[in-house]
Amino acid sequence: MVARPRTAWLFLAPSLALLVLVAAWPLARTVSFGFTDAALGDPSWHWIGFDNYLADYGGRWYGLLVDPTWWQAVWNTLRFALFSVGLETLLGVVIALVLSAEFPGRAWVRAAVLVPWAVPTIVSAKMWGWMLNDQFGIVNHVLLSLGLLSQPLAWTAEPGLAMASVIMVDVWKTTPFVTLLALAALQLVPKECREAARIDGAGPLREFFSVTLPIIRPALMVAVVFRALDALRVFDVVYVLTSNSTDTMSMSVFARQQLIDFQDVGYGSAAATLLFLTVALVSALVLSAGRVRLTEEGVLR
Amino acid sequence: MLRAVFLALVCGLAAAPARAAEISISCSAVGLELRLCRAGAERWARETGNTVRLVSTPNAAGERLALYQQLLAARSPAIDVLQIDVVWPGILARHLLDLRPYAGERPAANFASMIANDTVNGQLVAMPWFADVGLLYYRKDLLAKYGVQVPRSWAALAAAARRIQDGERAAGRPRMWGFVWQGRAYEGLTCDALEWIASQGGGHIVEPDGRISIDNRRAAGALQAAAAWVGGISPRGVLNYAEEEARGVFQSGDAVFMRNWPYALALAESAGSPVRGRVGVAPLPGGIGTLGGAQLAVSRYSKHPRLAASLVMALTGRAEQKRRAIAGGFNPTLPALYRDAAIRRANPYYGVMARALAHAAARPSAVTGVRYNRVSSAFANAVHAVLAGQADARTALGSLEGQLMRISRGGRW
Repeated sequence: MVARPRTAWLFLAPSLALLVLVAAWPLARTVSFGFTDAALGDPSWHWIGFDNYLADYGGRWYGLLVDPTWWQAVWNTLRFALFSVGLETLLGVVIALVLSAEFPGRAWVRAAVLVPWAVPTIVSAKMWGWMLNDQFGIVNHVLLSLGLLSQPLAWTAEPGLAMASVIMVDVWKTTPFVTLLALAALQLVPKECREAARIDGAGPLREFFSVTLPIIRPALMVAVVFRALDALRVFDVVYVLTSNSTDTMSMSVFARQQLIDFQDVGYGSAAATLLFLTVALVSALVLSAGRVRLTEEGVLR
Repeated sequence: MLRAVFLALVCGLAAAPARAAEISISCSAVGLELRLCRAGAERWARETGNTVRLVSTPNAAGERLALYQQLLAARSPAIDVLQIDVVWPGILARHLLDLRPYAGERPAANFASMIANDTVNGQLVAMPWFADVGLLYYRKDLLAKYGVQVPRSWAALAAAARRIQDGERAAGRPRMWGFVWQGRAYEGLTCDALEWIASQGGGHIVEPDGRISIDNRRAAGALQAAAAWVGGISPRGVLNYAEEEARGVFQSGDAVFMRNWPYALALAESAGSPVRGRVGVAPLPGGIGTLGGAQLAVSRYSKHPRLAASLVMALTGRAEQKRRAIAGGFNPTLPALYRDAAIRRANPYYGVMARALAHAAARPSAVTGVRYNRVSSAFANAVHAVLAGQADARTALGSLEGQLMRISRGGRW
């Protein structure tokens, strides 16, 4: 009788050990480095408590919590996450609805839609970087020849446009992911439900919001949570398109700059810890919000 | 068959003399630079009976520095000789061997500014290998067409650029721009802005004695003037240009002037370049270009410091620098070589180079040490805000000074 749990633990041990090795240990190390003044290239370090977060040096405050660049990065990241995930969800569902309809060549179109998702981000970001180039970029060329622009725009350079460009490239790349999950969920919507709604006189809009959306919502929530977590950690698309510019710098770009460019392992680890806490907090919020909504509907239905 | 003979030779070499050793060197990872580095190191190996091994490291400067720091922090003997950037001696100094006992009279033959740059706390931590300096590129044909002299001041450059740009656009070339440079918020903008500011009497951001000097009227004036170029004689996209984006515009024939490093000349003059034969180079307006280039250093954790230093001296020596100048256009760090007839034949523009190098401005990397990258990033972002019109120069420089005070914990670097 006692043997069963013991056997279970025995079987679980390898995966637990692996988790500790690749997740818990690095995380613990990062968190603990956040309380030191460690620097890359300098093996000696000291515990400095919360000085990386907030410290008072003779009347002047130092540390992450009063670092305007850090707060700019936080704000940039939240803005990026909100807009990119919002647009991706919207577009993803619309495209999935189109693709779930029966039309000739549907299999080909479905495959083609997935291409942006298959291209590695670093490649697609570099490609978009050239397409958005102010002098040679095809985007400006097309817009100019259509007469939509009178002057070429510096998409990735102009402070007001840079973030929009980054979001646009991310939407282009990740919408297929949402489409894919939404499409899979749409296959599960029973035909009878939709037919019943139609017989009851519901228009296409009413049918979507009252029948289809509630059924695909759980799958959509999974997509949104995944995307939100990814968006909060965003690094590659921002770094490739606009490098370390503070106009678009995300929290990950900030942490990398501190860790690698500035060799400040202590400060960078503190930033990474705050990034981790932010991601954890937001995902907890999104998950609990999603669950509440779902149970409410369960009650209603 | 050949390979067998070669293998036998190598094995023989490795086995025979007891004191022969393998020295590992990290230099450039790609292209001509790699080939020349390999050839030079192998020449030394043949002459001294040792072997060399080339370690490939990331080509991007930031990543290479991070790798070096991890290796050095772990006291790894994996790399004996390191190629380091001109702004790294202060960052890496404590891990590098003092080369004075091995250098003899050699340092005095180099540009004094480069030796000063490589001397940290009185120790010579690296030997200059090749030099780089910001240059002004211009279109000879366009300047002649409009009867314009090569500008000697930034105001003259702006006026000339405006005149030729307007003239060419009126003549049916709507894509023509006056001046392209590096405006992205990164190390390149630090170099460009230091040139504008230093040549107009605004100091060097942080002075050699550690004083933070950037918040002054001349520096603000220089930045305000540059901000007026953006959207006028320079495309707004310049705010995200690095070296290659600027070269792209200039080499397509769409710009009158360009600020860039010497590497761009060989490419602008290469077969197939639309501006081939129409490019001139000159020292920058105001006469001050930012110093760049590479140095060779020996790791303190090397198992063979004497041999490693000997390799450094061979590669940075006169004969090797001459070979590299002729074969690859790598600018010597020895002023005497700029008068060498064979080198001048291969690089006709070396008269300009020598003049520009003699007045080059060093970035404040020696005084700011390990904090240099933070200083440079804060400076570049402040300048970028002024150029983009998000802040006026006096305000931006005022808050930059506060930031630098914070980075240096009150000016104590």
